[in-house]
Amino acid sequence: MSEPIIHLENIKKHFGNVIALNGVTFDVRAGECNCLLGDNGAGKSTFIKIMSGVYKPSQGRISINGRKTRFLGRREAMQAGIATVFQDLAMIPLMSVTRNFFMGREPTKGRGPFKRFDLARANRVCVEEMGKMGIALRSPDQVVGTLSGGERQTAAIARAVYFGAKVLILDEPTSALGVRQTSKVLATIDKVRKQGVGVVFISHNVRDAMAVGDRFTVLNHGKTLGTAARGEITANELQDMMAGGQELAELEGLLSGTV
Amino acid sequence: MASGDSTTPNERIRREPRLARLMRRPELGALAGLSLVTVFFLATADASMFTLAGVMNFLTPAAQLGILAIGAALLMIGGEFDLSIGSMVAFAGMIFAALVVNLGLPLAVAIPATLVFAAMVGGINGQLTVRTGLPSFIVTLAFLFILRGLTLVGLKWLTGGSTQLRGVRDAVAGDFLAPLFSGHAFKCLFRSLADAGMIEKFRSGVPKVPGVPVEILWFIVIALTATWILLRTPAGNWIFACGGDKKAAANSGVAVDRVKTALFVVTACAGALVAIMTVLDAGSIDARRGFQKEFEAIIAAVIGGCLLTGGYGSAIGAFFGAIIFGMVVIGLTYTSIDQDWFQVFLGGMLLIAVVFNNVIRKRVTGGG
Repeated sequence: MSEPIIHLENIKKHFGNVIALNGVTFDVRAGECNCLLGDNGAGKSTFIKIMSGVYKPSQGRISINGRKTRFLGRREAMQAGIATVFQDLAMIPLMSVTRNFFMGREPTKGRGPFKRFDLARANRVCVEEMGKMGIALRSPDQVVGTLSGGERQTAAIARAVYFGAKVLILDEPTSALGVRQTSKVLATIDKVRKQGVGVVFISHNVRDAMAVGDRFTVLNHGKTLGTAARGEITANELQDMMAGGQELAELEGLLSGTV
Repeated sequence: MASGDSTTPNERIRREPRLARLMRRPELGALAGLSLVTVFFLATADASMFTLAGVMNFLTPAAQLGILAIGAALLMIGGEFDLSIGSMVAFAGMIFAALVVNLGLPLAVAIPATLVFAAMVGGINGQLTVRTGLPSFIVTLAFLFILRGLTLVGLKWLTGGSTQLRGVRDAVAGDFLAPLFSGHAFKCLFRSLADAGMIEKFRSGVPKVPGVPVEILWFIVIALTATWILLRTPAGNWIFACGGDKKAAANSGVAVDRVKTALFVVTACAGALVAIMTVLDAGSIDARRGFQKEFEAIIAAVIGGCLLTGGYGSAIGAFFGAIIFGMVVIGLTYTSIDQDWFQVFLGGMLLIAVVFNNVIRKRVTGGG
């Protein structure tokens, strides 16, 4: 097995006297999809923010490419290629796909006062990258508002990958989608993984996770209950762990040694 | 698709019909409105409205409003309003007149100084808005009154009790920069056109229209520049992004606060530019200059296709919106219609534009 790109160990995060995370251990390797499963309120969002360098953990160790660091700054996380696609996708419905794709990172040509947005190149790259993910755009100036939910999600993923994501954190990418759209997004995740990107798939939907995940980590009440590889655990078991952990002792036995 | 290696045309990609593409342009409504208004006045107005003199006659106020409207449009696309532009015209006009008349400064100093002053006020508007997170509507409404009040107080202080400051024309006579900001351009061309009998002239041989008023040229240049910035530069993309969804823009690395502040500065400078030109033209400034121009500018921008919610619109649309405006204000004097219908027309036009824009937006986003 390859070295994890990012490894977080026993992460704790307190907000005043609220304990949001109380011991989270998680890692991602290149070319795999590690699913982080947890019910609402389990601490998924807090954990994403720590991974993407928005929050500083109260306790715990983080290492990136084997190098230890106390916490990630936003900039450090971005340099390490950690990209997050949040639920709102950071896509603007009234703007074209190309304009969204390059928002904040527009390619330019010319110099001085004549430096301008290289739209021809941007359009070409955008159509190409979307094509790689299996989406045929009607035209690069099609506005994002006319894309389906799954296509928007895919566009956001394509954008992150194009801009050099090594770890791609997807925050509930399928939660608002129908069956067909979901399968499209899962296919996209598979494509991204095959390009060697480490995918963190965050979800509370076990079925979606099982469809694409290589490993599964369950987060409950701010704690990870362990990580299981594909085939070592069933959907029902994952579901039970997410739901409560009444059968924690029993499951711990099942998961031992896999962390 | 210049180098279509991996993007061979897919049979599922339906080429969008040209008409549908055109329908998506935000300035379409303004263009339709302009044609409508033109047809209306062709039918009802005296034929002299569409002579060269008549056209210049309605384009001049259109240009003055248009420069403000383009600033307002950029700001609206960026998701904010500036209700203080009208007051800014008076305030910057006072500063400019005071610099020229009271301090006797040359235009080469007075004009940049006025613009810097306006930029500072715009910057304050912008910073207040982005730092407090309050709606710009309220922040700039405060400045609408503050600037108007300061202009009144300032003018009385400068003149010893009057609300008008005169003597600008004498003060700038012979200044090499004056022709750039006042009077007419292309005089030689018009003179020779008149000599050749191609345009109307007085009996003395002087052309009836001495040239193109410079504000019209400024108006055109500013409209083209703003359009270029919006559509062809990264900054333009940021402006659309800021207005479309501030959070998404910020998450994508757009410096939203800086973009917005810059837009407030641009809008304030547009007000100052109009102030400088009207002060030079009239030779004076009075405290009522620019009264209610903020509303007219916003209306022109909305007629030009800007959404009140930001993120959508065009500078060229505001250009047409302002021309519609000028055409109606001046055009009614060429008809037998009571001029006071102007305001009724204005309100009606605004309503139609807003409803129309809403429909277009829904079309664009594919929603119901």
